[in-house]
Amino acid sequence: MTGPKTLPKGEFFMRDRNIHPPAYTKDYKTSVARSPQYAMLSLENTRSEITGPVFGHNDVDAIDNDLIKNYAKESDPIGERIIVHGRVLDENGRPVPNTLVEIWQANAGGRYRHKKDMYLAPIDPNFGGCGRTVTDEDGYYFFRTIKPGAYPWRNWVNSWRPAHIHVSVFGSGFAQRLITQLYFEGDPLIPHCPIVKTIPDQDAINRLVAALDLNATVPLDTIAYKFDIVLRGRRSTLFENRLEGN
Amino acid sequence: MVQSLNYLKETSSQTAGPYVHIGLAPGAAGFDIYREELGWDIAGPNAAGERIRVEGLVIDGMGAPVKDVMLEAWQANAAGIYAHPEDPRNAEVEDGFRGWGRIITDFETGVWGFDTIKPGATPGRNGSVQAPHINLWIVARGINIGLNTRLYFEDEADANANDPVINLVEQVDRRDTLVAKRTEVDGKVVYRFDITLQGEGETVFLDI
Repeated sequence: MTGPKTLPKGEFFMRDRNIHPPAYTKDYKTSVARSPQYAMLSLENTRSEITGPVFGHNDVDAIDNDLIKNYAKESDPIGERIIVHGRVLDENGRPVPNTLVEIWQANAGGRYRHKKDMYLAPIDPNFGGCGRTVTDEDGYYFFRTIKPGAYPWRNWVNSWRPAHIHVSVFGSGFAQRLITQLYFEGDPLIPHCPIVKTIPDQDAINRLVAALDLNATVPLDTIAYKFDIVLRGRRSTLFENRLEGN
Repeated sequence: MVQSLNYLKETSSQTAGPYVHIGLAPGAAGFDIYREELGWDIAGPNAAGERIRVEGLVIDGMGAPVKDVMLEAWQANAAGIYAHPEDPRNAEVEDGFRGWGRIITDFETGVWGFDTIKPGATPGRNGSVQAPHINLWIVARGINIGLNTRLYFEDEADANANDPVINLVEQVDRRDTLVAKRTEVDGKVVYRFDITLQGEGETVFLDI
């Protein structure tokens, strides 16, 4: 197995914690008892962090990225048919090829197919709500799905999540592992959401909002949204002290 | 003004939320959708080394088990080799050994566990040797960005004493939070590793 030729093999850029949510964010109530109080131990990369699981196209099936078809029983699911597509890049702007991207979401009514979700909006018998794919050589990925609905949750008395799709991505090393949420352009719930507002930087929030992409829509069929994902960059090898043993 | 550096910014993290299983372990969420779910078998049948089980709880700041947590494990094989192209010995990794796993709790009790092989020592920085360890990544509702930690093994006391990461933990009495306790259950080796998110006995988390 050989690594992607376009990526340097150096250490990852230090994670900029100013654009990530801190652990303790009191308005998102569950974080109060689930946030460490002590400072994290900062660790320079070793082989344990630079490496990570390798996935291939054998791990997924072609239909896995099509949420309109991958759980359809009698007919297609109900809701707004959308394409979500984009690239996985690193902070240097280089594509991250052959990496696993997984998504999950509620159905058009905001109901999750999960035995713990008791919201009164009904399950869609033809919609599972998860998908996965592996990026191509250019870091490109796409999904076809139903636009999820907003849903209520027990935070404040009247809290509603914006429409969102959960996104999980690996990159090439375990230090790049990331889970985030995709929001949709123009959704008025975004600025009200305490989970969105765990992120202290408005530009960083904006980068989680997928743009309507008319150029990628399929006329008379499916609307498209574009969502690029950026993972930590890697240092070039110009003046780098090579890790011992590498 | 100066020139722009033109780096992109990393996409910000968001909590995995309460329904992470739908996406990453749909079987646990209660439905079957994929030909094969990923991450159930860390070591595979061909891996050399001691077969072990790891079990534990993730505990919140009130002392209660976190029942909706998901963990991921990343480890080397028994010879200390990672199944990744940037480990120069990766061609020696046993067929079927991926070194990565996904771990779901019992929704009623919060107990989680996984079967694997005990990893070997791996190279550290500047010629050092890292004691055998499993890298863990923890996500859940209420956790805004995945938490990284490491699991070390109680019966590797000498290697642990020289481990460059354990020795970075300034408060010596916190180092034990990274060390799993070895027990035997019905003749099987089980390491117990509870992770405390907050407060008394808080586990050391790593900014990697």
